[in-house]
Amino acid sequence: MSAEAIEPNRRDFLYIATGMAGVVGAASVAWPFIDQMQPDASTLALASVEVDVSSVTPGMSLIVKWRGKPVVVRNRTPKEIQEAEAVKLSELKDPIARNDNLPSDAPATDANRTVKGQEAWLVMVQVCTHLGCIPLGQQGEFGGWFCPCHGSQYDTAGRIRKGPAPENMAIPKYEFKSKTSVTIG
Amino acid sequence: MSGFQHSTYTPKTGLGRWFDQRMPLPRLVYDSFVAYPVPRNLNYAYTFGGILSMMLAIQILTGIVLAMHYAANSGLAFDSVEHIMRDVNFGWLLRYAHSNGASFFFIAVYVHMFRGLYYGSYKAPRELLWILGCIIYLLMMATAFMGYVLPWGQMSFWGATVITGFFSAIPLVGDWIQQLLIGGFAVGDPTLNRFFSLHYLLPFMIAGVVVLHIWALHVAGQTNPTGVDVKTKGDTVPFSPHATMKDAFAMVAFLFFFAYVIFYIPDYLGHADNYVQANPLKTPSEIVPEWYFLPFYAMLRAITFNVGPINSKLGGVLVMFGSIALLFLVPWLDTSKVRSAVYRPWYKLFFWIFIADVVMLGWLGSKPPQGVYPTLALIGAIFYYAFFLIIMPVLGLIETPRKLPNSITEAVLQKKAGGTLAPAGATAAPETRS
Repeated sequence: MSAEAIEPNRRDFLYIATGMAGVVGAASVAWPFIDQMQPDASTLALASVEVDVSSVTPGMSLIVKWRGKPVVVRNRTPKEIQEAEAVKLSELKDPIARNDNLPSDAPATDANRTVKGQEAWLVMVQVCTHLGCIPLGQQGEFGGWFCPCHGSQYDTAGRIRKGPAPENMAIPKYEFKSKTSVTIG
Repeated sequence: MSGFQHSTYTPKTGLGRWFDQRMPLPRLVYDSFVAYPVPRNLNYAYTFGGILSMMLAIQILTGIVLAMHYAANSGLAFDSVEHIMRDVNFGWLLRYAHSNGASFFFIAVYVHMFRGLYYGSYKAPRELLWILGCIIYLLMMATAFMGYVLPWGQMSFWGATVITGFFSAIPLVGDWIQQLLIGGFAVGDPTLNRFFSLHYLLPFMIAGVVVLHIWALHVAGQTNPTGVDVKTKGDTVPFSPHATMKDAFAMVAFLFFFAYVIFYIPDYLGHADNYVQANPLKTPSEIVPEWYFLPFYAMLRAITFNVGPINSKLGGVLVMFGSIALLFLVPWLDTSKVRSAVYRPWYKLFFWIFIADVVMLGWLGSKPPQGVYPTLALIGAIFYYAFFLIIMPVLGLIETPRKLPNSITEAVLQKKAGGTLAPAGATAAPETRS
């Protein structure tokens, strides 16, 4: 009985079939083990938050929890706005606005860090874009935010100016429903 | 070295012979820890392998009993740790032994690693032995980090946030990986649960790699302070009682320091902020990792600028992980044929500068990231990389080593002769001919 005559033989078939079942089986069993690590359904259940800002006078901030992260709602003083407006785009480490209410390539001018008509209000996810610490407000060389973890410094518009953080702090989608109420998310 | 090639074990009892024919475990123990030949000139720097095994056992033992009283739930964890401290019988002792045990584990591993770097223990044929050690070190870091999260204090929470944040620096898939690790958009209950599970698992993985590490050690044999290979039987002494006694004495001395810290200054190496329960809305004014991570932390913070397409965040993370990855390459970065720094005057000098550099980086890691500190950290990081990537390869090619002794025995006798007793060679002579 010559080997060539019956190639592929029964043994070849079993070899390939078992190998394929092993690879596909291992991959399909591995996926549930990886996928269970991802955020679960209860974590993903998102909600928007409505915030009453009637008591927030210029120079005051409010921090609300949204998706497990702190969002600062700050009524900025005229001095803070002036300082932020005076900064040239070329001086910025990250020249993109990072504002979810605007196109993704909008330049990081002070006005682009807010929404139209409510330029005094800065609504921002107060999480350092470096490694996720909560920066301290109204501190640091630029009078904005200072991250105690690794020394990132943000200006009064929440834009990264110095330190290891790569991006400006994120502006979530938000809307002023009235003069005293803002809805985040 | 022929550690395993000629087993000299002869079972003396009938039961011993019965066992030996079916599963020769007593033979393995006898050949590995009784008759096993070790160089006769090992100093106390060589006792830290034994100390590390002891610390692993202490950590596993205290950890298993602590887990009987601990609750891995973000609502209960902090209180359950206080419950261990106040209500559980001897809970304070077990917890302080476990938390300080981690520190003493790292003290021992750093002495062990620096010993290896000084005496060139990583050179052929011990490259795999060294790499297995590096893997153990990585596993130790992962275990220690996840263990530090479990008390659910402020440092636990923010340490977890920062360290899992490293992975978000990876382009494209970074955020996905970070969410996979913490099981949410921010560190929370899912994170605590999985870290507890893994913190329980990893020490047993360490124990597994330790077995491979010792296996590799017993194939190649131990190095020694001269770096000269064992040539005759007279260069060695049997493991028992010589090494067992020396290791045991060093363990007792080490335990004295350990006990002093546990009983008198148990929180000295910890951080007061970790006695405040985790608060996701407030980062402590200063986040500092445990002391054993400080040099790497300093290097992470040293990169505050973008380099081409690599932004400062990714750059810092790459520099930090790279500093550990370099250790894996050490056997091939060192080009010198001479093992021990004792016979390499220039390497010896740079070795001590390297130690000073690592200590300086550690100190900088504990300082706030402002003013002159990040600049100093950058200089320290550059020297750290230069030591491995420039100094090690180049020194091996240009350095003129001192004359090596012909054998371990000769080195021992020379040292004795240079001592106070002039005819010491005579007293040592009977030992050399066995």
